[in-house]
Amino acid sequence: MTTDTFPASGRPVRARRGLWSRYLRRPVGVVALAVFLLVVAAALLAPLLAPHDPNFVDYTLTKAPPGPDHLMGGDSAGRDIYSRLLYGARTTLYGAAVACLTGILLGVPTGVAAGYFGGRTDRICSSISDGVQSVPGMIVLLIVAAGTGSNFTVLMITIGVFMAPGYYRISRSRALAVRREPYIDAARVAGLTNVQILRAHMLRAVRAPIVIQSALTGGIAMGMQAGLQFLGIGSASTPSWGAMMNDGYRNMQTHPLILLWPSAALGITIAALAFMGSVLADLLSVRAEPGTRAGRGSAPAAGDEAPTGEPAHPVEGSALRIENLRVAFGGPDGDKRVVHGVCLDAAPREVLGIVGESGSGKSQTVLSVLDLLPAGGRATADGIWVGGREIGALPRGRRHALLGTEIGYVPQEPMTNLDPCYTIGHQLVEPLRVVHRLPKAEARGRAREILLRVGITDPDRVMASYPHQLSGGMAQRVLIAGAVAGRPSLLIADEPTTALDVTVQAEVLELLRELQEEYGMALVIVTHNFGVVADICDRVVVMKDGRVVETGPVGRIFADPGDPYTAELIRASLDDTESRIDLDAAHDQAGQAVEA
Amino acid sequence: MLKFIARRILSGLVLLLVVTCGSFFLAHRAIGDPTPGLLGNSATPFQRAALREQLGLERPLLVQFWDWFSHAIRGDFGTSWRNLQPVSEQIALRVPVTLSVVVAATLLAAVLGLAVGIITGLRPGGTLDRGLKLGSVVFFALPGFWVSLVLVMWFAIQLRWFPAVGYVSPDQSVTGWLRSITLPSVSLAIGAVVMVAEQLRNGFLEVQNQDFVRTLRARGLPPWRVTVHVLRNASPAALTVLALMFVGLLGGAIVVEIIFNLPGIGSLIQSASQIGDIPILLGLTAVTVVFVVIVNLLLDLVLGWVNPKVREQ
Repeated sequence: MTTDTFPASGRPVRARRGLWSRYLRRPVGVVALAVFLLVVAAALLAPLLAPHDPNFVDYTLTKAPPGPDHLMGGDSAGRDIYSRLLYGARTTLYGAAVACLTGILLGVPTGVAAGYFGGRTDRICSSISDGVQSVPGMIVLLIVAAGTGSNFTVLMITIGVFMAPGYYRISRSRALAVRREPYIDAARVAGLTNVQILRAHMLRAVRAPIVIQSALTGGIAMGMQAGLQFLGIGSASTPSWGAMMNDGYRNMQTHPLILLWPSAALGITIAALAFMGSVLADLLSVRAEPGTRAGRGSAPAAGDEAPTGEPAHPVEGSALRIENLRVAFGGPDGDKRVVHGVCLDAAPREVLGIVGESGSGKSQTVLSVLDLLPAGGRATADGIWVGGREIGALPRGRRHALLGTEIGYVPQEPMTNLDPCYTIGHQLVEPLRVVHRLPKAEARGRAREILLRVGITDPDRVMASYPHQLSGGMAQRVLIAGAVAGRPSLLIADEPTTALDVTVQAEVLELLRELQEEYGMALVIVTHNFGVVADICDRVVVMKDGRVVETGPVGRIFADPGDPYTAELIRASLDDTESRIDLDAAHDQAGQAVEA
Repeated sequence: MLKFIARRILSGLVLLLVVTCGSFFLAHRAIGDPTPGLLGNSATPFQRAALREQLGLERPLLVQFWDWFSHAIRGDFGTSWRNLQPVSEQIALRVPVTLSVVVAATLLAAVLGLAVGIITGLRPGGTLDRGLKLGSVVFFALPGFWVSLVLVMWFAIQLRWFPAVGYVSPDQSVTGWLRSITLPSVSLAIGAVVMVAEQLRNGFLEVQNQDFVRTLRARGLPPWRVTVHVLRNASPAALTVLALMFVGLLGGAIVVEIIFNLPGIGSLIQSASQIGDIPILLGLTAVTVVFVVIVNLLLDLVLGWVNPKVREQ
């Protein structure tokens, strides 16, 4: 379904011309449009173009092969197929137009209302729409046809009713998206009535999706219409493609051409509509297609930039060492480099902080170590060492073998980093069984034990729970448990506390510190907050714009920041902390005042 | 769980009531007096009045409907107006044929859609992915009966691989049965395959970028195990489309059956609609609605199994 492929904001009027000219630059779109216009022209000009009366019977023409006077030959009753095809286009287009119009009139206003007003309107309209969708339309059509067989328009309106849910869904989801836009609130504040808002903003927002939906609906309506005519429903005196296909079908063993012409006409017309809709949907879609091979960043060259930062330990004695790491992302406007030659290292049992504001490349740096950059990302380095072993040049499979064994990873956002479809127990046990080849009972025992260790008091209940049943702090503890379950020598934590409540933050940091000491791991912690650094780090790497600004022991950096940027970051973090302390104090006072 | 199923069955009954009630009044309004169709134009007014009396058509419509519905929920759909045979017997003869085609088409759509969806989801931009995009554009709109005419022309008449028309019951010959339903099911399934595959592919791409997939990889799970996680998260949209497709296939089967000359509900409903045999039409409507309700119930159960969050709502 194309429901969610449209931008949330209404299209500015300016974009219309752009869309049109962009459409004409797509060869598929141009061909489809040309074919469709040809069909429209054939329908409109049928009386002028048709060489014969479509209903005139000439017995000598019965099942005649194509000839100069009868381009496509004659049908089983001796009528000129070419002329009937031209007149049939009228029936086809008229029927599709009636069906689309009915669908739009029924589906769009209700869909917009349901999406805009929500609540009860939405529930009622949606259940009606669902109900209509679960009725087999063809049967109802045949019932309608039973009485009004020759009344083609009524049948097409009925088809339109069954097409309405498609329009309803698309208008509703667009209206839902637009309602959340700030300009709708602004319009309300400005005193516009609902009707004015709906007219001004909603109709504009649903216009493009409706055009696309109509291309699809039109095609489907043509198919259903032809199906009905094929069954012998509809006026006998009006030429129609479906009836012609029936005639051809009955003679297909001996005269397959009679079937070929109307089938080709119907197939080509429907395909043209479908391609028009698809090209339009493509042009209006904002959905990024991630991770295509072509879009992957090329390996960033060493370039003329000097690497920044320097290792503090010898290679053999390091838990992690990165030399001259470069990361680039492939994009529509060429590669974008986000890390420019970073060097850093951490000794075993050392806690290294990587600090910087968002966009400084700190997360991309650690994800490069894991070889888990987002789609389109490419990392190259002069060398990456884990536990004194060079891994940067290893093939993918061998590098991934380090994950969950040598290297543990704690992500930032606890709620999105657990698979919502599996229990916590499954997510903890699966790696232990698959990666560490533990028998089932042993793996469960280990998972339980580690949950207890990370401070979860009722591990059995948690293991039977699904992620959405846990609090954020609890989920982060589960993720930490998962990261250390494989007893890694290097633990990488990417902003492990940012998404948590202030009180939980301190507990989680404390837990990380304890685990680091207990298991003798090196801990690399990425953060934007110098408060975190002050809490647990031994050494700090400060990053800005993909480069290392400075490296040094925590005490020295706090006492004597070597770069103005570091000083600024420290001040910002402290301000934040102080203002929070002030707030807490004010809150406490207020509370006491109320109690008193 | 039982409460959930009971609620769905109840809402299914409501749907059945609404749809059959709508169809009942629609059919009576559309057909008006069925007696000329049943007796032929030469019947005298007296004969027609007698038949109307016999069929109970002189009673108020609401009474007639309630009479029909109260019997129908106990499985008694009355007798056909044309041959006075029980409707349920005639339907029971036809339904297995239609169901074998529709179920085979749905299975094809599920299996092929799953395979194509996974492959294209893992390799977006590849050859198969581009083929799928093209296919989804074209086959979404092309009606099944059009496809079946093309298939008949090609495979049955040109190549003679399959019988062009006719149905072999599985009691007579299982292979014959399979051969006779192959072309009809394939022509119905093609559109559904591309729809299911496209949903799955898009879901796959969406889920693959989610944080938890990276975390699963960081735990050291091999790629195929990660794919299982992604698949489970990506499947609800595809399953929903598959269930919707089933409803569409039931309708599409009517024309396709007539093309392949299969003795399913298609030809029954066609002849009933021509002569205005309302009991047959209503019986068929009711049976299809029941199938739809069953499929939707199954869908809800499967969705609940796939995603625990749904279960709690």
